[in-house]
Amino acid sequence: MANRPMLEIVSLEKRFGPNTILKKIDLKVAEGELVFVIGPSGSGKSTMLRCCNRLEEPTSGDIIVDGRNIMAGTRRDLDRMRLQIGMVFQGFHLYPHMTVLKNVTLAQRKALKRTKAEADARAIDMLEQVGMAHKADAYPGELSGGQQQRVAIARSLALDPKVMLFDEPTSALDPELVGSVLKVMKDLKSKGMTMVVVSHEMGFARETADRVVFMDGGVVVEQGTPDEIFGAPKAERTRAFLSRVSG
Amino acid sequence: MDRFLQTFFNPVVMAQYTPDIIAGVWVTLQIAAAVIVAGILGGLALACLRSYRIRALNFFIICYADIFRALPPLVVILILYFGFPSIGIQLSGPMVLFIVLAATLAAFAEEIFWAGFSSVEKGQWEAGIATGLGFTRTLAYVALPQAVRLAIPPLVNRVLAITKMTALGSAIGVSEILSSATTAQSFSGSATPLTMSVVAYLVIFLPMVVVARWLESRTAWKKR
Repeated sequence: MANRPMLEIVSLEKRFGPNTILKKIDLKVAEGELVFVIGPSGSGKSTMLRCCNRLEEPTSGDIIVDGRNIMAGTRRDLDRMRLQIGMVFQGFHLYPHMTVLKNVTLAQRKALKRTKAEADARAIDMLEQVGMAHKADAYPGELSGGQQQRVAIARSLALDPKVMLFDEPTSALDPELVGSVLKVMKDLKSKGMTMVVVSHEMGFARETADRVVFMDGGVVVEQGTPDEIFGAPKAERTRAFLSRVSG
Repeated sequence: MDRFLQTFFNPVVMAQYTPDIIAGVWVTLQIAAAVIVAGILGGLALACLRSYRIRALNFFIICYADIFRALPPLVVILILYFGFPSIGIQLSGPMVLFIVLAATLAAFAEEIFWAGFSSVEKGQWEAGIATGLGFTRTLAYVALPQAVRLAIPPLVNRVLAITKMTALGSAIGVSEILSSATTAQSFSGSATPLTMSVVAYLVIFLPMVVVARWLESRTAWKKR
């Protein structure tokens, strides 16, 4: 695996009023690496992810994507760099007034300025990759949660991002639909996508993650390979958390 | 019974004043159309501006919306028509009627569209912004279509309520339906022209009421 860092989080701090949510977080994600972030609710893991494309504005620190600092530059630069950072939400957030195809082509047309033909072709490719091409003309309201999430993944992928952020992508899904989304994420990993995943799917982490990061109280407590973290956690807090979730 | 018919449905009077009433219908339609277009677009523009959350600007938008929703349009019409010439601003009757009704509709429409924007999920904005659309394009392509759908039923009702107020033009001599009818009534000494105005208003506004009802019964879009 290449060692070039694709995403670097440098002493990232986030405060909401008197509360410090993230305390000087440092994290490097190499090209093609899948970093899996776990931790109790309120540990700051989602906030960290949302700071990576400035949906949440960091209080201080730097976010460097493929060598470029997204904290520097103009608003317009930021929007351009956001195209390189795919984001998948817990709640899917597909546009309900557009067909699946339109959902996947909108940002391609309006932000990347692709022609309709280019955008449509790319959208169909991506929808095929997530197994949703047959629903291109359906509206989001006609799809199951798992299907909606796969379309949301395709919508991000169509913009050719350099890194994909997953914010609890399966937490809103019925258990029987989780597998289809995880499979798409696994395919993506095998194609070499750089991914940061915040999730509670420990089985998936064990199987697919290159590295597991445990966060608590706004800091990275411990990180290592899945075997290290799940098999022999060093920190007491990690052990406590893992025994709670597996318990 | 004969006297009732003679008063309200006198055929001679009807024949004589039908052209006047039709001319009034035409004036009402023109002003109403202009008010609808200007009021809705104005309200939509204000609601869009408000979504940028620029504090000073929003203060003015909210003041405007609240004041024009609070004031009876007739008061503003009278001030503009009878008061403004004294300070050198001379506006024609139809122009005053148009300005005041459009401004009133814009104030209500702004609030209705704003309610629509407010009920668009935060996640929709985040999805647009995360895909590099930026605020303005997310507003235009993601939030606006959803806000407009939500706004249509209450908006149609408000449009109806305000376009009916074209009848206030009779207070400043705009020859719309009611004005034509009352003029005809004083010349003929018969209430029949007023009956004719009722028919004219029903012909114009009843279809709008039916459309409003239909829009209200229709669900916004396919259920999730």
